[in-house]
Amino acid sequence: MNNLVERFRPLFYPRGIVITGVSAHPGKFGFASLHNLLCHGYEGEIFPVNRDGAEVLDRPTCRDVAEIPSGRADLAFLCTPAVANIENLLACARIGVRAAFVVSGGYSEAGEEGAAAERELVKVARDLGILLAGPNGQGLVSTAVKMCAQIVPPYPPPGRISAVSQSGNILSSYMNYGQLTGIGFSKGVSAGNGASLGLGDYIEYFAEDPDTAVGLAYLEGLRDGRDFVQRAMACTRRKPLVLLKGGVTSRGQKAASSHTGSLASNDRIFSGICRQAGIARAETVEEAYEVAATFATQPLPRGNRVVILTAAGGWGVLCADACVRAGLDLIALPEDLRARIDAVLPARWSRNNPVDMAGGETRETIPELLDCIAAHEGVDAVIYLGLGIQAAQAHVMKSSPYYPGHGLDRIADFHERQDRRYAEAATAASARHAKPVLCATELVYTDRAYGNSAPLAVAESGRLCYPSAHRAVNALAHLCAYAAYRRARENE
Amino acid sequence: MSRTLSEYDSKQLLREYGVATVSEHLAADADAAVARATRIGFPAVLKLCGAAIAHKTERDLVRLGLADAAAVRAAATELLARRRPEDGDAQLLVQAMVRGRRELIVGLVRDAQFGPCVMLGMGGILAEAMRDVVFRMAPLTLQDAREMLAEIKAAHLLDAFRGEPAVDRDALANILVAVGRIGVERETVASLDINPLIVAGATAIAVDALVEIADA
Repeated sequence: MNNLVERFRPLFYPRGIVITGVSAHPGKFGFASLHNLLCHGYEGEIFPVNRDGAEVLDRPTCRDVAEIPSGRADLAFLCTPAVANIENLLACARIGVRAAFVVSGGYSEAGEEGAAAERELVKVARDLGILLAGPNGQGLVSTAVKMCAQIVPPYPPPGRISAVSQSGNILSSYMNYGQLTGIGFSKGVSAGNGASLGLGDYIEYFAEDPDTAVGLAYLEGLRDGRDFVQRAMACTRRKPLVLLKGGVTSRGQKAASSHTGSLASNDRIFSGICRQAGIARAETVEEAYEVAATFATQPLPRGNRVVILTAAGGWGVLCADACVRAGLDLIALPEDLRARIDAVLPARWSRNNPVDMAGGETRETIPELLDCIAAHEGVDAVIYLGLGIQAAQAHVMKSSPYYPGHGLDRIADFHERQDRRYAEAATAASARHAKPVLCATELVYTDRAYGNSAPLAVAESGRLCYPSAHRAVNALAHLCAYAAYRRARENE
Repeated sequence: MSRTLSEYDSKQLLREYGVATVSEHLAADADAAVARATRIGFPAVLKLCGAAIAHKTERDLVRLGLADAAAVRAAATELLARRRPEDGDAQLLVQAMVRGRRELIVGLVRDAQFGPCVMLGMGGILAEAMRDVVFRMAPLTLQDAREMLAEIKAAHLLDAFRGEPAVDRDALANILVAVGRIGVERETVASLDINPLIVAGATAIAVDALVEIADA
């Protein structure tokens, strides 16, 4: 068994969890973390510790860690004040705990005295052989064991993204997007002060973790930049890593006597290093999430030759512009592919890329087109625009005073079924030909209003439905850049 | 404390790492300068060169396009007269005149986070205004360096351009790799500028360079 995977097992796959500082007060961290663990169905045993031994959430608690039977808990989730934590760690070690997540604040974020306490915490954990996460962190989730050990709510659906963040709320944002889109997480961890385990450690672990397909990180500062780059590269050699960096503009430029120095802003250097390390760098939280979700759900393209399939003109035109700007190759349609499309669409179609169906599609057209375009050896990726318009029409009909008469019920059902088929056909073509096929429509936002069947079906098929062509293009460009990075280094 | 190497010594370091530099020789006086220039061929370039002289252009210590021996002699006399006591043992530097429309800048910085980092950018008088530069952390692989060439905004200027051939990209990439090696192997080199690196024909040649040494 891999050492790193084994080392992190008690943190992300604990058989049992000790929670210290459990409180009967629903406003306290020690209450919220027990509550979140219980209500998301954590599969292992939970051992809440409460100073008074009070019943909390209808469960008995222990007064002391020492009361917990030995060998049943791997992880300690410490919500006690900082002063109590050394004692707690010692007691936890005695009952066989091998990892600790420290929620408590009052450490290095709180001045020199706190920093000294943090150093002591690290030392004691190291001496006890306890893997130490935090302190001052928000918690962690691991969907394989249904563990939501967090003082805050978002618990994402299971999936293959694993996230680590130097900010608890950015981790929450990532996981909120997971809840909204359905593209889920394997693990999420708030690094807190990163006293012992830093961003690089988690990323190195994600690289080895068989349940992780893509790493997602939020970074503000590094103790050792070169070490981080080495670990990030260890990840990108095997799987993609998406990174959002905060604080790139704050430090400004160093005074420098050389020309090179005066041109060497932190951001320019960092951006070059991300390219060197094959890191997909995002500018915003939603971009970071979408790119990670794309890596987690789409196959890697073999090149950057793109065909756009669109139900109507404007979408295709703007998407084509976006592709060109992103450096994707909007290929001229190969003659044999054009001939195949000719056989399916009436003569008024665009006859080039974007493939604009110009309203010429019939019952079977879109699934056939998606498949034959994705199948072509000269095509590496497909972007499909305009799904959901039939289902949108169905929604209008179903809300109409004429409904269900005049055949509206039948046609509305037909429209909804068709759009669902298109979405499913996109995922099927992608899977069959092992190429990315990305669907984009702003109708994804209707999920709060009426739930357009097309984006719903995209989500149900396990893919992300992009809210705009531009966002699909951007995600695809990241896939292509990473694939090119890997190809260029295949023989190293 | 840091000090700079003279232009000649800076390029001597580059030459040790296999970077193509302009052919150049030090000369103590006007006679020696004329003799050197005659051997290198005209037009020649004459500069005042010393460890304490970092900003030659600002002090008007560069004479370009010297067509013959008489021009070299006149320039040598003039430059030697511009020596200041604080310049120390300044000498004349006689160089071949490198012609090329394309100027690049290559450099090395030590970043507080990431250590030695190599920069490539478009050079020339607009370099600092355009800020068309890219960085990589040293050491660089040849592939890293090739990707830097593709990444600058003006990358197409490295293709065939206005009657000049495409730049020998692998040779240029090797310069970036070499500068990265200097960063890794020479810990006292605090920073390095090759400015300009002129593309003459297909070859990138280090015409001026400045190495900053951090003394322990």
